[in-house]
Amino acid sequence: MIEIKNIIKTYKTGDVEFNALNGVSFTVADGEFVAIMGPSGSGKSTLMHLLGALDSPTSGTYFLDGKDVSTLSDDQLADTRKDKIGFVFQSFNLLPRTTVLRNVMLPLVYEGVASDEREKRAREALISAGLDEEHFHHLSNQLSGGQIQRVAIARALVNNPTLILADEPTGNLDTKTGEIVLETFKKLNKELGRTVILITHEQDVAEHADRVLFIRDGLLVEDKIIHKHI
Amino acid sequence: MKIYDVLKETYSALSSNKVRTGLTMLGIIIGIGSVIAMTAIGTGAQNSISSSIQSIGANLVMVMPGAQRSFGGPSGARGGAQTLTVADADAIESQISNVAGVVREVSSRKQVVATGTNTNTSIIGTEPSYSTVRNIAIDEGNFISSQNVSSGAKVAVLGPTTRDDLFGVGATGVVGQKIRISGMEYSVIGITIAKGGSGFSNTDDVIYVPYTTAQRYLSGNKYLSEIDVSAESSNVSSQVQTDITGLLMARHNITDSTKVDFNTMNQADIIATASSVTSTFTTLLAAIAGISLLVGGIGIMNMMLTTVTERTREIGLRKAIGAKRRDINFQFLTEAVVLTFTGGFMGIILGWLIAFIISYLGIVQASVSLSSVLLAFGVSALIGIVFGYYPARHASSLNPIDALRYE
Repeated sequence: MIEIKNIIKTYKTGDVEFNALNGVSFTVADGEFVAIMGPSGSGKSTLMHLLGALDSPTSGTYFLDGKDVSTLSDDQLADTRKDKIGFVFQSFNLLPRTTVLRNVMLPLVYEGVASDEREKRAREALISAGLDEEHFHHLSNQLSGGQIQRVAIARALVNNPTLILADEPTGNLDTKTGEIVLETFKKLNKELGRTVILITHEQDVAEHADRVLFIRDGLLVEDKIIHKHI
Repeated sequence: MKIYDVLKETYSALSSNKVRTGLTMLGIIIGIGSVIAMTAIGTGAQNSISSSIQSIGANLVMVMPGAQRSFGGPSGARGGAQTLTVADADAIESQISNVAGVVREVSSRKQVVATGTNTNTSIIGTEPSYSTVRNIAIDEGNFISSQNVSSGAKVAVLGPTTRDDLFGVGATGVVGQKIRISGMEYSVIGITIAKGGSGFSNTDDVIYVPYTTAQRYLSGNKYLSEIDVSAESSNVSSQVQTDITGLLMARHNITDSTKVDFNTMNQADIIATASSVTSTFTTLLAAIAGISLLVGGIGIMNMMLTTVTERTREIGLRKAIGAKRRDINFQFLTEAVVLTFTGGFMGIILGWLIAFIISYLGIVQASVSLSSVLLAFGVSALIGIVFGYYPARHASSLNPIDALRYE
């Protein structure tokens, strides 16, 4: 359960203050598939950073699973990310020259999970993300773009997060591969009941979600359900 | 994050760019290696100098003539004066307490001829007790006897090097042969055992004759070139030295202690002086090697800063998936420490190898001490922490949002 209330984020460059978010409120229930859409400069990246507990708002509250995340310290934010959030980035951000399995196990290393348990969970996550077992021991730079993004999805999944946050996950992929990756998110949402938030500026990408939030000039301008949530 | 995981991460980070890791480590390897080798050589030189001084004979007080002084005129060379007589030696023997033995010496350098070969070596005119005071052992034949001394016999005892020079290396049956010194014939009555002992003088390249003979045929006067006094123990040697000075000043009618015509030297003082010289020398060598260690440390810092910049996105990702500041800090600090520690370990092996080769070649008997090895380990770990601290702190303080966007 995600509850955002009247979030304001102000950036300061010299004496100039700029409100990237100007009072945004919404709620996302568990198991929803939501796309956040907006042109560049709309504040959607800032919103993603706040949702991902990478940053704290200037004012307003953010409750994640009933816990107020908006006033946490650096270390507490790190713990929140570790336990509740899985990130998928546009530029994948896999460790280079490292095997697929080790990449997926990385979040569990910080969680202090025992090493045989780590491998078991990483394998499960990779299977859920739709990667063939033959690639598990390949190095991350030997894979194709679509395979890399599925490894990144498995990494986001492995710590069993409340929320999977994908920032332009298809931005570096061709349309066909992007389609496969979006299908993977849909599958995770429908079959495994994961909450997925997709940040994008592309209409056709956003249409894969059940609900779309439009952000413009730091404000939530539209909140519409495009597919009936099952 | 568990230590084992950190070490695993460190291993994969360091092995992902082997050339750079190796070159950076080389700075530490050379630094630690040279510190180890230099201190080993210094310690070896120190040991060899003090053992060669000690091999001359412990508890020894040496009395030598001072400079010849004449009022108004120039001073002569130190030791050039003819001031010590046999009577002085007799007086020391009979009037000073705690004296175990007194040895009279008349030394000079002469050309020595045997059948067909010749050499130039030092001729020491002395008496039987010389062998005990100076730790001289006889290999073959006999040392000079008191009878030889009282009769002024033309007999000679050869050092092994002199024997080799005159009769060929390892020649046997030399005792009974004849040699000529300054045109006079001497019979060889003994050969001494090699003492090695380099440093100030080679005690193997020498010929011993009775001092009475040396006075009569070689120097042609009644003076001594040195009186060696052996004290009963090293504790009383400085007391004996003071007593001798007092006695000889009285005998030579000198009241001003700055104008004495003889010098006394105490073996313990010589060892102390020599070892203070060599330890200064060792410190100097270690300091120069320490500079290369410092340069190596700066190399580590440089590499770590480059690594942090290169891996900015990785740091961002690690933070995004839950790494705390201290996890990142610890990871990069561990990387630096592992780098210097491994380099330090290899440096110890390198230094030990250099010391071994130098000993093997017989230049100096270099000895690697445990304390220098422990120190090297400590220093290399410390360098890792000191020069890794700033890059690690820089890495851990990166903002995850900016780090993830870094191009």
